[in-house]
Amino acid sequence: MTALRDAFLSALVALGLFAPLVGLVTTSGEHGLYLELRPIATAVVVGLVFLGRLIVLSRRSRGRAASLAAKPALAERISKAGKYVTPLLLIAAVALPFTGSRYYIDLGTLVLTYIMLGWGLNIVVGLAGLLDLGYVAFYAVGAYSFALLATNFGLGFWTCLPLAGIFAAFAGVMLGFPVLRLRGDYLAIVTLAFGEIIRVVLINWVSLTNGPNGITGIPRPTLFGLALSMDGGPGTIAGFFNVEPAVIQRIIFLYYVILGLALLTNWVSLRLRRMPLGRAWEALREDEVACRSLGINVRNTKLTAFGIGAIFGGFAGAFFATRQAFISPESFTFIESATVLAIVVLGGLGSQLGVALAAIVMVGGLETLRDFLSFLGDQMNSPLFSGIASELPLYRMLIFGLALVVMMVLRPRGLVSGRTPSVALHKVKDIAPDLVAQGRG
Amino acid sequence: MLSVSGLIMQFGGLRAVDGLSFEAKTGDITAVIGPNGAGKTTVFNCITGFYRPSGGSIDLTHPGGASHKLHTMPGHRIASAAKVARTFQNIRLFAGMTVLENLLVAQHNTLMAATGFGVLAVLGLGRYRAAEAAGIEKAKFWLDAVGLTARADDPAGALPYGAQRRLEIARAMCIDPVLLCLDEPAAGLNPRESDELNQLLMRIRAGGCSLLLIEHDMGVVMRISDHIVVLDHGKKISDGPPAEIRNDPAVIAAYLGEGEEDEVPA
Repeated sequence: MTALRDAFLSALVALGLFAPLVGLVTTSGEHGLYLELRPIATAVVVGLVFLGRLIVLSRRSRGRAASLAAKPALAERISKAGKYVTPLLLIAAVALPFTGSRYYIDLGTLVLTYIMLGWGLNIVVGLAGLLDLGYVAFYAVGAYSFALLATNFGLGFWTCLPLAGIFAAFAGVMLGFPVLRLRGDYLAIVTLAFGEIIRVVLINWVSLTNGPNGITGIPRPTLFGLALSMDGGPGTIAGFFNVEPAVIQRIIFLYYVILGLALLTNWVSLRLRRMPLGRAWEALREDEVACRSLGINVRNTKLTAFGIGAIFGGFAGAFFATRQAFISPESFTFIESATVLAIVVLGGLGSQLGVALAAIVMVGGLETLRDFLSFLGDQMNSPLFSGIASELPLYRMLIFGLALVVMMVLRPRGLVSGRTPSVALHKVKDIAPDLVAQGRG
Repeated sequence: MLSVSGLIMQFGGLRAVDGLSFEAKTGDITAVIGPNGAGKTTVFNCITGFYRPSGGSIDLTHPGGASHKLHTMPGHRIASAAKVARTFQNIRLFAGMTVLENLLVAQHNTLMAATGFGVLAVLGLGRYRAAEAAGIEKAKFWLDAVGLTARADDPAGALPYGAQRRLEIARAMCIDPVLLCLDEPAAGLNPRESDELNQLLMRIRAGGCSLLLIEHDMGVVMRISDHIVVLDHGKKISDGPPAEIRNDPAVIAAYLGEGEEDEVPA
């Protein structure tokens, strides 16, 4: 009985939410806009909430203890599966261009960019435990430093790549110096502001950055001096290998560039984790006071985390600029920082595999969901859903947000939440997530 | 060894330590005791650089002759250069890292120096590999000393309370200190663990490290300390070997409460 009442209340809340969201739609008619009602679609959504709540409640009243007991076993199985997931993902990543599908390679490039950003931010947030809401600032610094150096001085991508990293690291250290005395929420707010400041500077410093119009004509990377060009002459990739020039060649080449950069990020983070510096980062996340009592220079160690995280953000930014051939401040809004942070948190703080999986789910999954929903919309011929079918893809963010909430309720510490020790005397044993601190800045 | 003179620590209107002076000799176990709120932990925080004293000086002279002014040094330098290690009243381990990792983090500065600014070590070059092997050997030595070798790969946060206390001491010893400051090391230990702790402290002293400890467990204090400093309300009320302190009326009064003025002294 209480379950019924509870489900009814949930349905009532859902009605309040979805009546305006789903039930009302404005359509333009002869005399301007008029309101159209969609009672059936609303009823379906509210009914789903009612049934869902009933199912959740009935499951909860049954064996809650059993589900708790199953949890460690599940975690163990996931960590065991992780051993096979990594090589499989790697093979899939290398093999993806052989599908020859431009859509998949473009999507793969996008996902890999976010994986790289996620791994870069993972150093700051996951290892050192410093909550950074302005990571996009380093992405922007990297992109703009490459774009400006290339368009003003005619430098190539591979020359500018390290420079972009250095500029971004410099920005990271500049940000770090004044703000690292702040902790937790305060640090988060200041980094958020820093990200916005960089974007506002890019918009308003018109003489340097061309303001909101952005920078065009950013050159593509070369392969050992061979240009990617459509004319197919000598000195271009197509000319050298004596093949017909095609757009797909450029896309595949860019895909492998970002794959290489992402793997470099992963390799460096994995190496650093086993070095004193990486251990000091993790120790800072665990207990800053104890670190100080052991003679670790807390400020410098935090600065290195910010700096090295920023380098990879800068690399990714330079790649973004060369891929798009056009950048403007619009590409570096807060939503980018939020997406990357969501990837790191969803993946599990500090876990390389988790971040990769989360990026695939968050970026690739969202795109796939869009396709799936428009496919579903096409299949719905029933007049019942005529109003909603064409707009189904617009609901992807709603569904996606819901999936994220469910995910974080089920696995609050992320997809891959345990911590693997960096060194072992006898045998490496994974550490349960509830022992690992999340860092308070 | 350690010479504290005229130490003052002022928090707003509260003077937590008021003109304290005492000496701790090389190779001694010096205990700082006193009722709750006497300012013992504040003194420790001044010595180990967590507070900057409002006045007075703290000088540390190494057995080799090098001298450090602790009251002017930044916190992390007190551990890395002056070689003063400490433990905390509420244990502060890196709970999510293994026992071995805890001991390696303590050797951060030594290991970091071998990485060639990190670049060489990331590339797998240089002498980092040898340095890490040496670090693990040192960690093994202390694991053995505190009896935690079997649990080296377990997370520090999963150890029982007594083992966490011992691990914190082992971790502090991994910075090769000349002075080890222990803040209530016996708190929460049962009598057997307390005995083991005494033996460990004796062994550390025999290894050439001087000790300074805050302790409430009088059994531990009286048995192992060579010298006792008694604080009350931020001031020193007595200073001497255990036998002397035990019979000092000022100490007894501070612990048991002072007699009313009109009361006839017994």
